[in-house]
Amino acid sequence: MTISLAVFLAFVASTLGITYWAAKRSRGASAYFAAGRRITAWQNGFAVAGDFMSAASFLGLIGLIALQGFDGIFYAVGGFVGFVTILLVVAEPLRNSGKYTMGDVLAYRLQPRPVRALAALSTLTIATLYMIAQMVGAGVLVALLLAGSGIGYNTAVVGVGVLMMVYVVFGGMLATTWVQIIKAMLLLACTVVLTGLVLKHFHFHLLDFFGAASRIAYHQKGELVVKDFLQPGLHYRPPHGPLDLLSLSLIFAFGTAGLPHILVKFYTVPNARTARNSVVWAMIVIGSYYAMTTILGLGAAVLLGPDDIVAHSGTNMAGPRLAQVLGGDIFLGVVSAVAFATILAVVAGVMISASTSFAHDVWTNVIHHGVERSPRESVAVARIAAMAVGAAAVLIAVALGPGSNVLILATFGMAVAASANFPVLALSLYWRRFTTAGAIAGLTAGLAATLGLIVAGPNVMGIDPPGAISRHLIQARPWFPLENVGIVSVPLGFLAAIAGSLVSREPAAEAKVDELVVRANTGLGAERASG
Amino acid sequence: MDSPQENGPLPSTPRLDCARIAGSKQFKHLLAVKRMFIIPALSFFLLSFMSFVMLVGYVPKLASIRVIGTVNLAYLFALFQFVLGWMIAGLYLIASENFDRLTKGVLAQTDLAKIDAPRGAGE
Repeated sequence: MTISLAVFLAFVASTLGITYWAAKRSRGASAYFAAGRRITAWQNGFAVAGDFMSAASFLGLIGLIALQGFDGIFYAVGGFVGFVTILLVVAEPLRNSGKYTMGDVLAYRLQPRPVRALAALSTLTIATLYMIAQMVGAGVLVALLLAGSGIGYNTAVVGVGVLMMVYVVFGGMLATTWVQIIKAMLLLACTVVLTGLVLKHFHFHLLDFFGAASRIAYHQKGELVVKDFLQPGLHYRPPHGPLDLLSLSLIFAFGTAGLPHILVKFYTVPNARTARNSVVWAMIVIGSYYAMTTILGLGAAVLLGPDDIVAHSGTNMAGPRLAQVLGGDIFLGVVSAVAFATILAVVAGVMISASTSFAHDVWTNVIHHGVERSPRESVAVARIAAMAVGAAAVLIAVALGPGSNVLILATFGMAVAASANFPVLALSLYWRRFTTAGAIAGLTAGLAATLGLIVAGPNVMGIDPPGAISRHLIQARPWFPLENVGIVSVPLGFLAAIAGSLVSREPAAEAKVDELVVRANTGLGAERASG
Repeated sequence: MDSPQENGPLPSTPRLDCARIAGSKQFKHLLAVKRMFIIPALSFFLLSFMSFVMLVGYVPKLASIRVIGTVNLAYLFALFQFVLGWMIAGLYLIASENFDRLTKGVLAQTDLAKIDAPRGAGE
């Protein structure tokens, strides 16, 4: 495994180099929080892709397809669809009307203190949920990467935590962006090679490959079964399966457009036009990546078999194991290092969005009543917040241990984004009657419903048979039948926001609507690029 | 280095001017033209995605009909979502040339635009 270690160390060294370069260039708050607003369209497109394609999209997704067939492929489609919403609804008005965070857009016409405080709470919740997924992914990966060296899961999690703090604390958004761009390119290249290797195994006869995928033999509850992995219904079965899928699709359609670490990327570009073009770049990268992962997941099911995956690699390691079988130890090393890079880049992105929200929304606007702090002070507060958030995430990840599929964990974060953030963001941009009371109701209801239903659902509650490997946190029958809560929480977030607005009147907010609409659509008065 | 506006509050445009722009014919036309593209495009895409979800969830028998070899309707419909997303993105890029042209027109009608027009906003 020395080669994989070498590749991995080379990546870490080069990203630290980028961080050093970025730290020398970063002067002032706009440089630290928004990369000076000088990122170009293709750069931001790759950075958004690198920010979005996480441990979940690589490790989690391939394992899920390899074990659940088409029901896993559904996640690949879902990861992509949210970007159409971002392109058409969010990216350009967001760039034109905000400065650093989603809270900026809400505070434009609503009372700044309550909406910023709640927006920051929801941002920090999503960041924590996302981070747990990445940390678990990092832990299991390093256990493989450094197998035999005695470095285990806990040390790996702490190591990742320290590394990402270095990126965020010293490099800010510029370093994070470049780490994400390089990671997206590496991940895409790796996926192309791995897809090629899978298809080469079938002499590039696609129909032979799909033929094999339609006859997967494996053991289920001790019995040998043969299943068509292209057929839906392996995981999402009646009675609740179809409703669960519908629920998941709502999360996908609106969740991506509410993810704080994706939204902040649109502040790093000089104007709305660049923001728009960068979403299209991201859609090209992310779409082709996810289309290829369907081949990789089915390839793992065909070439490794679900039995082998369950026995040897676990749900999160099917991809790296496929690389080992097809390309040998060297390729395994490369793929593992790239997967690790993926995690670092996403963690850095999530961290900077969380710390920006704390410094800008909570520190400057809630605690200091919107009196702008000196750039030196805001950056210092963001750095301290990054360290605190990072330390908390490390502790939670260590406490949880290497557990469930990381894709499922990340979906929780996206559910909060779809139910709390997206409704208030969309209504704030497009509905004249929206009020502060509506924003408070929407954010609170969306956040509470999502978290409450997840805890009451089958992911957390369940009765395990004695001797089960993974155990539910609460040993009781679930109160809520669905794994995905979106079908309740997303409409609830919208309804609460609308109802809250209808029962209140806010002349001050309505008076500022014209200003917001003009600015969002023309870029008049929008924050310019600075160096 | 810091631009001066970083230390002050968000640069705000005088409300009177915004009200004037918001009420102007050109601006209303811009919003209408944008809406004409965005609402149908988003609805069509979400409808396509939701019908994919419904097909897969509620009519798995139909979704499992094999079309080419063992490749079934469900998988083809899944790949179609990617293609449709890219097509809508392409069409939006074409349509937005017009939005940008109209935006430039809106900005040109205000004196304010001369001093405060954002770099590249309407290019």
